[in-house]
Amino acid sequence: MLTVLTLPFMSRSPIDLPPIVSVELIQISDKTNIPFAPKARKIIEEVKKEEKRVVSEQAPPSAKAKEKPDRIPMPEDMKEEKKLVKKKQNPEEIKETIRQSSEFEKKEIIDTNEIAALIDKAKEEQAVKEKNSKKLTQSSVKNTFATGLTLSEEDALRAQIFGCWSVPLGLPFDENLLVRIKLELKKDGTIMKSEILDHERMNRPGQKFYKILAESALRAVRLCQPLKVPPTGYEKWKNIQLNFDPTEMLKG
Amino acid sequence: MKNIILIFIISLFNFKISYALIEVDITRGNLDPLPIAVSPLHVDIKSEQIKDLKVKKLGDEISRIIERNFRSTGLFNPLKKEAFVQKPDIAHLKPRFEDWRLIKAQALVTGKLFVSNGKLKVEFRLWDLTASKEMTALAFTTTPKNWRRVAHIISDKIYERLTGEAGYFDTRIIYVAETGPKNLRVKRLAIMDQDGANTKYLTLGNELVLTPRFNPTNQLVTYLSYFRNLPRVYLLDIETGMQEVVGNFPGMTFAPRFSPDGKKIIMSFAKDGNSDIFTMDLETRVVERITEHSSIDTSPSFSPDGKYICFNSDRSGLQQIYVMKSDGTGVKRITFGSGIYGTPVWSPRGDLIAFTKVRKGRFYIGVMRPDGTGERLLTENFYQEAPSWSPNGRVLVFYRETKSGPKGEGFSAKLWSIDITGYNERKMGTETDASDPSWSSLLSK
Repeated sequence: MLTVLTLPFMSRSPIDLPPIVSVELIQISDKTNIPFAPKARKIIEEVKKEEKRVVSEQAPPSAKAKEKPDRIPMPEDMKEEKKLVKKKQNPEEIKETIRQSSEFEKKEIIDTNEIAALIDKAKEEQAVKEKNSKKLTQSSVKNTFATGLTLSEEDALRAQIFGCWSVPLGLPFDENLLVRIKLELKKDGTIMKSEILDHERMNRPGQKFYKILAESALRAVRLCQPLKVPPTGYEKWKNIQLNFDPTEMLKG
Repeated sequence: MKNIILIFIISLFNFKISYALIEVDITRGNLDPLPIAVSPLHVDIKSEQIKDLKVKKLGDEISRIIERNFRSTGLFNPLKKEAFVQKPDIAHLKPRFEDWRLIKAQALVTGKLFVSNGKLKVEFRLWDLTASKEMTALAFTTTPKNWRRVAHIISDKIYERLTGEAGYFDTRIIYVAETGPKNLRVKRLAIMDQDGANTKYLTLGNELVLTPRFNPTNQLVTYLSYFRNLPRVYLLDIETGMQEVVGNFPGMTFAPRFSPDGKKIIMSFAKDGNSDIFTMDLETRVVERITEHSSIDTSPSFSPDGKYICFNSDRSGLQQIYVMKSDGTGVKRITFGSGIYGTPVWSPRGDLIAFTKVRKGRFYIGVMRPDGTGERLLTENFYQEAPSWSPNGRVLVFYRETKSGPKGEGFSAKLWSIDITGYNERKMGTETDASDPSWSSLLSK
């Protein structure tokens, strides 16, 4: 759909538009609290990069859970956002009447200049953040964009796996204990294919514990199947990555 | 142009949305005991008969010992054999994983044994039932009388494969066996397997024996015994029964303990009301002073890397725990809590120091980090002390005295064990009353 909207002949006025600046996405951050802004910022950056696939980044899951769950944009929301983007590229130039035309804006926009300032600030922050966060692995935008699970669905899945995972006790506290498992699921939540992403680490000298940890994670997933997945949106959650990390738990 | 539009429309229908990969963080799991099925080992029908040994029942016995070992850890839940779905010999060849999964087992142990030419050959396999694959398989050959040790070695291998840390089943515990009334107590040195089997008494009980300690590298034991009312440090070789006095020191010697490499003994000498810490090289018999202070310094214990020593001292008034470098420099107090602290013992893993704490007339066994932070009191009682680490640093054994009679008369001293998490406190089976335990290193390394 995105491709359709951005194709030149679909627009009546083939103006040479600058890369998409999603004003409305900033509004999402404005609406849902400032801590949400980095997600929106990231999206902007991503859209600019020719809509490449969303890059993974670490974010504490609990923080996500505390955000307003109703703010997770569903695919319909995303469509709406894109349309709005096409209509208004620069908020400073938008006349009052145009702004009034959008129900969304009526409710949300208070001062466009303020939003523009937010964008600038966000861009600056993003540049700094990107430098520091290259090693992070988990997606901070995973619940906001192109994600097939709502927070409650994700929580249900997480709780299910908590119950199945017997954590090995002899793990060193000061080592990296992240095990990433990529799954390909069937529609009923059973596992079609599973893969430990850092499997080469399992046979490395001094990393014997990692093999045991990875095996326990894999055992948990298999034990839990069929996984509690939503009844719809199979294409979205067909491939899923589980990041097992018992560090917090072991440190108590 | 029409064609282009047509192609475009077709491509629209074939357009496939690609979604970002969903990631879910799993940061918690459960610590419930792992359900494990230990199938009786299959005994080969061609096995020879051995005098004083029921070979036909060995398979059952070995699996029972493995089960008991697992249950004692609190980490495994051995399932009842009545529910087992396959015969031992068939299961050992190729288990029907789906059937074993039905009884909620996550791991399966199978094995077989064969006695021929006076040798016992045992092999076992550990199966991951959820992954439907073999995790480990080993075979041992030994004299048939060693069958209990075979069971412990198998337990160790499985424990290590499933938890990631070394086991502690093929080990012994040396302790002071006590009999008789409190004012006429007979104290003998005794040794048993960690599960309470094979108890042997090493001294006759004519002299008082105290504080036996295992060498962490072999089966040597150092202990204290009174000779003509003077305590002396002895060395005893468990394998040969040979015994020797470590040295004649002026004054009294206390609390001997081996260095991690087993080459030195660290202890305290008391003279004129003062007590300091010394080491003695067992090869050269050279004695070296470590502390020189007017207070009472005692109960020294090396860190596993040999670089530091923890000990207790009353140099600040009350008895507290201190850590210093192994040459005696850099003394630093690490306990500041209310109450007094004693018997510090450094974990073989190096991450914790176990201690006894006395506060308001109650005795606690606890652990803390070597810098004194993270103090955790694991168990509290009327009287208990002398913790000793299992070789993997996961379990502590200590002794506890309790009133034995219903009206609070009499007393009983028993060995207890507790996991460093503070769970799974268990009384150990000893034939007599027992005190001052010390856990050996693994017999098979």
